[in-house]
Amino acid sequence: MKRRTLLAGAAAAPVAAAPVVKVLAAEPVKITWWHSMSGALGDQVARITRQFNAAHKDIELTSVFKGSYPDTLNASIAAWRAGKAPNVAQVFDVGTGTMLAAGPAVKQIWQLAKETGADIKPATYIPAVRGYYSLPDGRLASMPFNSSTAVMWYNKDAFKMAGLDPAKPPQTWPEVMQAARVLKAKWADPLNAEAKSAAAKSAAPAAKGSLIRYAVTTSWLTWIQFEEFSAIHNIPFASEDDGFKGLGAVLQCNSPAHVAQLQRFMAMQKEGTFKYGGRDSAPDPLFYTGVAAIGFGSSAGRGDIVRNAKFDFGEALMPWDPAVSKTPHNTFIGGASLWAMTAPHRTAAEYKAVAAFFQFLALPEQDAMWAQNSGYVPVTLAGDALSRKQGYYDKNPGTDVPIQSLLRSPVTPYTRGMRLGRLPEIRNILYEECELAFAGKKTAKQALDETVARGNVVLRAFQKSVGG
Amino acid sequence: MRRSANWLAHSVLILGALLFALPIWLAFCAATLDPAAIDRGELSLIPRLDHIGSFWDVLVHGGPGVPPVWRMLVVSFGMALAIAIGKIVISILSAFAVVFFRFPLRRTAFWAIFVTLMLPVEVRIIPTYAVMGDLHMIDTFPGLAVPLIASATATLLFRQTFAAIPDELVEAARMDGAGPLRFLKDILIPVSAANLAALFVILFVYGWNQYLWPLVVATSPNLDTIVIGIVKMIGIDTSTEWNKVMATAVIALIPPVAVVVSMQRWFVRGLTEGEK
Amino acid sequence: MERRTIFAGWKLPLLLVAPQLVLTFVFFYWPALVAAYESLTRTDAFGIHVVFVGLANFRDLFADPLYRAAILRTVEFCAAVTALSLGLGLVLAVAADRELRGRNLYRVLMIWPYAVAPAVSAVLWILLLNPQIGLVGRFLIAHGIRWDYALNGSQAMLMVVLASAWKQVSYNFIFVLAGLQSIPKAVIEAARMDGARGLYRFRTVVLPLLSPTLFFLVVVDLVYAAFDTFGTIWAMTQGGPAQATQTLVVKVYNDGVVNLDLGSSSAQSVVLMVGVVALTALQFRFLGRRSGT
Repeated sequence: MKRRTLLAGAAAAPVAAAPVVKVLAAEPVKITWWHSMSGALGDQVARITRQFNAAHKDIELTSVFKGSYPDTLNASIAAWRAGKAPNVAQVFDVGTGTMLAAGPAVKQIWQLAKETGADIKPATYIPAVRGYYSLPDGRLASMPFNSSTAVMWYNKDAFKMAGLDPAKPPQTWPEVMQAARVLKAKWADPLNAEAKSAAAKSAAPAAKGSLIRYAVTTSWLTWIQFEEFSAIHNIPFASEDDGFKGLGAVLQCNSPAHVAQLQRFMAMQKEGTFKYGGRDSAPDPLFYTGVAAIGFGSSAGRGDIVRNAKFDFGEALMPWDPAVSKTPHNTFIGGASLWAMTAPHRTAAEYKAVAAFFQFLALPEQDAMWAQNSGYVPVTLAGDALSRKQGYYDKNPGTDVPIQSLLRSPVTPYTRGMRLGRLPEIRNILYEECELAFAGKKTAKQALDETVARGNVVLRAFQKSVGG
Repeated sequence: MRRSANWLAHSVLILGALLFALPIWLAFCAATLDPAAIDRGELSLIPRLDHIGSFWDVLVHGGPGVPPVWRMLVVSFGMALAIAIGKIVISILSAFAVVFFRFPLRRTAFWAIFVTLMLPVEVRIIPTYAVMGDLHMIDTFPGLAVPLIASATATLLFRQTFAAIPDELVEAARMDGAGPLRFLKDILIPVSAANLAALFVILFVYGWNQYLWPLVVATSPNLDTIVIGIVKMIGIDTSTEWNKVMATAVIALIPPVAVVVSMQRWFVRGLTEGEK
Repeated sequence: MERRTIFAGWKLPLLLVAPQLVLTFVFFYWPALVAAYESLTRTDAFGIHVVFVGLANFRDLFADPLYRAAILRTVEFCAAVTALSLGLGLVLAVAADRELRGRNLYRVLMIWPYAVAPAVSAVLWILLLNPQIGLVGRFLIAHGIRWDYALNGSQAMLMVVLASAWKQVSYNFIFVLAGLQSIPKAVIEAARMDGARGLYRFRTVVLPLLSPTLFFLVVVDLVYAAFDTFGTIWAMTQGGPAQATQTLVVKVYNDGVVNLDLGSSSAQSVVLMVGVVALTALQFRFLGRRSGT
């Protein structure tokens, strides 16, 4: 350890004496990776870093936790502007539009492969995964890493108590609404009445069992119930193939199908079967604490559910609306990918090391191990096959649901993902408008029309700002 | 009549004290639960003393995604001290110059400082960040503290205190042959001790509680202050270990509360005298 | 107020103000200029394409009904926080001004929340008010009150006002108490002799004498509510639901750091800076006139 830092110091000091350093060829190439993986996920990143360094004696990879996804993106942008960008930055799915417009700040994967001669084939990756991070012609822009997709979690104990078959989760939205009514009448209402009478007896709410139950909740309302919803029904969320074909895209998420989707949730809210629990992953605890019997969420939430749920749970494919599409289509991914960033004086050796790191991540055993330990899906076809061969999916029923969801149909122009600039802001606008609808201040149509109007202003501003 | 009024006063004050203490007590209790208990709605007003180890745990090992709490305490302490002392020093010097000298552009200098009186860092956060980038101070310890040292509040306070010092005192000092710096050190600073103490308390608390600026300027975990650490521990992709968050929150309260309470007497006197 | 006795020389004083001036220029004026310049441009996050757009960002800003709503909301929020914290501070200080047993202990108990960080106070209030996990929140739900600040904007506003005001009561308490104690006992006695009683005496005698202190506190509280509550609001609601708790400072942060819309964010900074400087000048005029008489 001490020797390594000494060597590192020696490498850093004589900047002017670069040729001398080259002669001492034993010096490892140093690259850094900024990421947002905290907690148990951070431990996995540390393991990957360790194993990569052990396998590549000539490279020294350092991984640094840089806070949440927006924090990491901000830090990377600021660092690039100051000429100190990391070699590799983990950028969340919704930042993809921003990074693609970043021109000289990044080296897209196809470019990196061409320059370094590294053999990185897009076909290695699962189509629904690589689609999100590819250019329209199929060239790979960033490296798929932690990917999840939307699934439906359900509480099997609640299903049993309500007299529903826990082996047959609802498959379509009408079935979900029907199941929700049954869950409310036979599971939530009786338990809530019990909790209320307990609360009435003592002045303070009883410590246990005083949670008010609801049939349905959803995390990531905007991503899952609108963006993924569009993919499942093979309809556009925005024009220009969800923005893949150009910066001129306009939002189309106020179509009758989308309005019906929002109305569905408003109707369930009115029936008392749906609980809006906040933005992004904030509603996650509602499912794993047993407050909601059905919870739509990210497949990456599995670890938390396993750790916290004190009931038998199931993982199922997202429901669809047969009135919009006869059959369901594939979902696309969420999560983040890895971007190779540029900086002044960055050497060819560094880019080569970055390419080697990306190739390392795509090794079937690495990919399978990462997926099994993190709760994300494998991003390569070989990694998925290896997990299957190892019996991981059999031993952990439900864990192949996300893969099934991604492979549910061939990828179409509307099921690749979102390619919109300033998507985080657009999501917030959609959240705001939905919140107004749920609060009874707007109709579903008004809310989504307003989302489109406000979102288009943002899209035009982005288009202008990147010189499009 | 009087007695009943006293009872009223007592009950108002006790109610107020409870209102202040209740959230803290709740946080203390929450720190002694198991990680998911709060999510399950099992929070109560009775602590589980057998789980009190969570305090020691975060102090030594930290929480998910954040360094050990003792480390963050050190950073917070360093930042708060640097800001408090830095501000006091440069403010005393500039107030001294403005009050006791006549020099070219004196009024301009005073106004240039004074206009920034109420311009909090929140308002200028984005451009200040850009400037810090140009100065290569992003993600450094000086970057945390130095921009917050600049502020007109302390200068104004010292200016008012100094202005109230009788001319006779200055005259006497000059008769004794004391130079300006001697006068500052031997007379001015001792007479303003109460204000100095009050200001120290205010600025220490101000520095300790900074949130937005450290969040923006520092992303390296080595520079996490304890306030940032608390917010970072509230998980986004994984579940929040509430007991650790609460333990950290309670620990984070101790140093500034200790400073306020222990210096209470000077604090109150200095504040209220300065205002007059 | 000009001093008669001064020290001679001009080099030393210049040297003494230099550190303050340098910091002020580097961290106030330079950023202000950068903000002013960026507010006139449209740029992407990486700063690769920069286009000069004149006053377009400002036009867009004031044409945006949501921005105008945010201004109004900020005013309401500041007024509510000021009224609540000053009112409570006043009541507690009046109670603590009496000759009570345990007076000093009471004072300590009133003062310490001054030290609580805004972000921490937010976390504490979530523990109280969250409808699922909060002690008070669950109590309200169990008793049939529809408490849900994830959807109900007024309730979310109430929550951030409570949490923000809670922290500021101590500060008001300290100043009001000092103000009360500086009122000569003879004045109160005289009023008592005149037969003025209780509330009436307080309103006609004490309150007028306290008014300079109260005015000072109103200004301090308003500035606190406008700027120092960012941590509280961001940790509790991030400005939601819809935009129900988005104050101007929250919006600057949101547009600049989350949405990476640097042009608009800078324009908002410039607007806030102009507003704050105007407020300062106004206050200084007022205070200056007062100390002049």
